[in-house]
Amino acid sequence: MPQNYVPIFIFVALIGILLPGTLLAAKLVRPENPHPAKLMPYECGIDPVDNARGRYTVRFYIVAILFVVFDVETIFLFPWAVQFKALGLFGLLEMFIFLGILVIGYLWIWKKGALEWI
Amino acid sequence: MSISTFVIVSVIKIVIALAVLLTSVAYSVWLERKVLGHIQNRWGPSYVGPFGLLQPLADGLKFIFKEDLTPPHVHKALYIAAPMLSVICAVSSIAVIPIGNWVDVAGLHIPLEITDVNIGLLVILGITSMGVYGVALAGWSSNNKYSLLGGLRASAQMVSYEISLGLSLIGVLIVSGSFSLRQIVDAQGGRFWGFVPRWNVFHGQEVAFFIYLMSAYAETNRVPFDLPEAETELVAGYHTEYSAMKFAMFFMAEYANMITVGCLATLLFLGGWHGPIVGPPLARVILPVFWFGLKVFGFMILYIWVRGTLPRFRYDQLMAFGWKFLFPLAVANLVVTALVVAVRA
Repeated sequence: MPQNYVPIFIFVALIGILLPGTLLAAKLVRPENPHPAKLMPYECGIDPVDNARGRYTVRFYIVAILFVVFDVETIFLFPWAVQFKALGLFGLLEMFIFLGILVIGYLWIWKKGALEWI
Repeated sequence: MSISTFVIVSVIKIVIALAVLLTSVAYSVWLERKVLGHIQNRWGPSYVGPFGLLQPLADGLKFIFKEDLTPPHVHKALYIAAPMLSVICAVSSIAVIPIGNWVDVAGLHIPLEITDVNIGLLVILGITSMGVYGVALAGWSSNNKYSLLGGLRASAQMVSYEISLGLSLIGVLIVSGSFSLRQIVDAQGGRFWGFVPRWNVFHGQEVAFFIYLMSAYAETNRVPFDLPEAETELVAGYHTEYSAMKFAMFFMAEYANMITVGCLATLLFLGGWHGPIVGPPLARVILPVFWFGLKVFGFMILYIWVRGTLPRFRYDQLMAFGWKFLFPLAVANLVVTALVVAVRA
């Protein structure tokens, strides 16, 4: 029933009010003594050399792309799993072909070294 | 029931659930410090109140009265939004978690959960996977090298283990044939041979349970997968630049996520609120909730025990474990489960 989803939104809205409320309440009672040394980026007491908007390793992008590919596959599996008994042998074979393609792709990226870190 | 009654009942349930959850979060922190203390042969919190029981209260007050630095180098809007996003994603998944059977109060037939939706599992997966935004945005908006590295590591780790987590649940879905958490639990009622409970973990889903637990530990950034906040190399990871209440929010989010993981593991693999239920009608309402709470408590203890026992992985080991071991294992488990269920049908 669609109205059963309404409490989830009430819940999110309530927390959405509560959290900024807590921050505002804390703002009223807490001390506020900024100091240049306190406001520096925290790097264990050593003066920061550069800012953090630099380049980082391409591995993170590869992981993100692999995630998108495999997570979409997982999402296809969800409705199939719930209707598994109704789909019968046809559903089973279809999904095994689908999984077969997925596994071939997986073996390929493994061989290409996309799963190696370093 | 009418619309106004529905809203009033919902709001009452929300307030109760929020109070219980936030108290549980506070006392999980206490429990962790206490148990870890005893594992390491010390006392843990013991000054504030008997057995240090008032420690969470003292911590909470201190978080409010501490100076909250917002450094000038941060991206301010995202910096403030990130901890709140984390908490919202961590806490609101509790809205669809059932903790017991239906009850009759004042002529109303209400379920013991905030709302009973038929795709509860999907809602939880959807909400909790948004949690990665909080971490990634916190890491990036802080404009600090440690935070950036922590945030990147955390997001890469969370998305990697998300796949194994999703795949491990498919076996359960095949066995129970529903997205509704209530129906999944109902399918686990009864016993095998009169004494082994018919829980999914004893119903061919042992491997799935193992995969789920491993992935969930990585998803919540807990030991042995706590690379994002590895104290010895990254200071504190994505929340290095956060202080006072905003830091507390990340803390709350972490423990709320642990509780959600415990609840989900209980519902999907350990039979939810099923357990020996005897006695008068009132006991029949309270006992299921008690069994559910006990199982979740067991998971919290397991989390702490693991933290007190295991060392941390290296990052390449973590990625290799997720992609080269858990993922193929999850696919194999899925294929075997599908074959077994198909042969039996």
